[in-house]
Amino acid sequence: MSYARRALAVAWKDLAVERRSKETLNALVFFSLLLLFVFQFTLGGDRERLAAVLPGVLWLGFVLSALLALGRTFLVEREHDCWEGLLLAPGDKSAIYLGKLAGNLALMLVVEALVLGLFVVFFDIDLGRALPGLLVVVLLGTLGLAAVGTLFAAMTANVRARELLFPVLLLPVQIPVLLATVKATEALLLGEPLGAVGHWVKLLLAADVVYVVVSLLTFDVVLEA
Amino acid sequence: MVKTLGWLTAAALAAGLVMAFGVAPREVTQGNVQRIMYVHVPLILASYVAFVVLAVASLVYLVRRDPAADGVAHASGEVGVMFVGLGIATGSIWGKPTWGTWWTWDARLTSVAILFVMYLGYLLLRGTIDDPERAARYCAVLGIVAALDIPLVHFSVYWWRTLHQPPSLMKPGGFTGSSSILWPLLVNLLAFILLYVYFVARRARLLRAQAEAIA
Repeated sequence: MSYARRALAVAWKDLAVERRSKETLNALVFFSLLLLFVFQFTLGGDRERLAAVLPGVLWLGFVLSALLALGRTFLVEREHDCWEGLLLAPGDKSAIYLGKLAGNLALMLVVEALVLGLFVVFFDIDLGRALPGLLVVVLLGTLGLAAVGTLFAAMTANVRARELLFPVLLLPVQIPVLLATVKATEALLLGEPLGAVGHWVKLLLAADVVYVVVSLLTFDVVLEA
Repeated sequence: MVKTLGWLTAAALAAGLVMAFGVAPREVTQGNVQRIMYVHVPLILASYVAFVVLAVASLVYLVRRDPAADGVAHASGEVGVMFVGLGIATGSIWGKPTWGTWWTWDARLTSVAILFVMYLGYLLLRGTIDDPERAARYCAVLGIVAALDIPLVHFSVYWWRTLHQPPSLMKPGGFTGSSSILWPLLVNLLAFILLYVYFVARRARLLRAQAEAIA
């Protein structure tokens, strides 16, 4: 099997499992719905104040669901004792990483689309012309989150207190992505064109490239033994 | 060898104290409080050295699988986090009387704070893995990811802070090239880098003894 096909096989397996069990997706959708309540209650109903913090809150929602979703990346293998099976996959192990990353990315984007929809309805955001730019920022930001998240999930999968350790490791490393996405989203929602936040987009691009390349190079080391 | 280094460090620290209190002039506007710079700046710079060494040692470990490299990375992480923590603390103590606040989300302060939590996570990961070989591998990966993240953190925080709000009071005075301030600073910097090397040497030796005792 070629490298790409092996990566696809892993992604396909994960998506098929998820499609049939809907274990993660159902809970995540419910969780993001609950987040909406939490934000509303903690921020109060004041529309103007809400509008000012909305980009940050939106990304907070994305990050919180990402922490839950990405942290579970290798849980299927662990819970069903398939870890060795995964390790037995022939050839370069980074194909497994790519497959897992693709699966995570797909899952995250579905959840994020939903959260964004809920925000539009409940917080009355006018996406309007911001949507194409926002899609670019969300895509790049999510890739950054998922790239490091998938790597760290593999690292914390077999560690004590992994539910705790995963966010503690991921959040500090993801601060650049968080800053870039929130600031870019803020500007876009104010009606500025994507070009006005070009430096943030470039930073996200650089971050994505760095994260994916490092993860590909080091994933072999993480999966050893 | 390590012992000699220890005495050398002690001598350098003593010389640094003498320079900071005796040779360096009293700052005109800030007064004696400004002398904390001779501890604050060396601490932060020495911690940067620690994190660079950590990254290089992590890379060496992944290539060679030499436990000694992991020991250096481990010890550098501990000393680096301690130095950054102390650097932030001394900065706060300096900031309160001069800027009027313990903390402000200025670009440089924020970058250093992110560094602090990032490497605190590194130590946390080390603490939760029992198998030393696996701990070494995972921490090496994290060490490399963290090191590559530093430029991203730097730029993002810089843009975050400066595009919308110019740096305000953030220029503590009296730094511009006067040798009466520069020399005490350099002596202290040397002293703290020696201290870092001494700590790492001691800690790495202890870690090695620990590994041998377990094996």
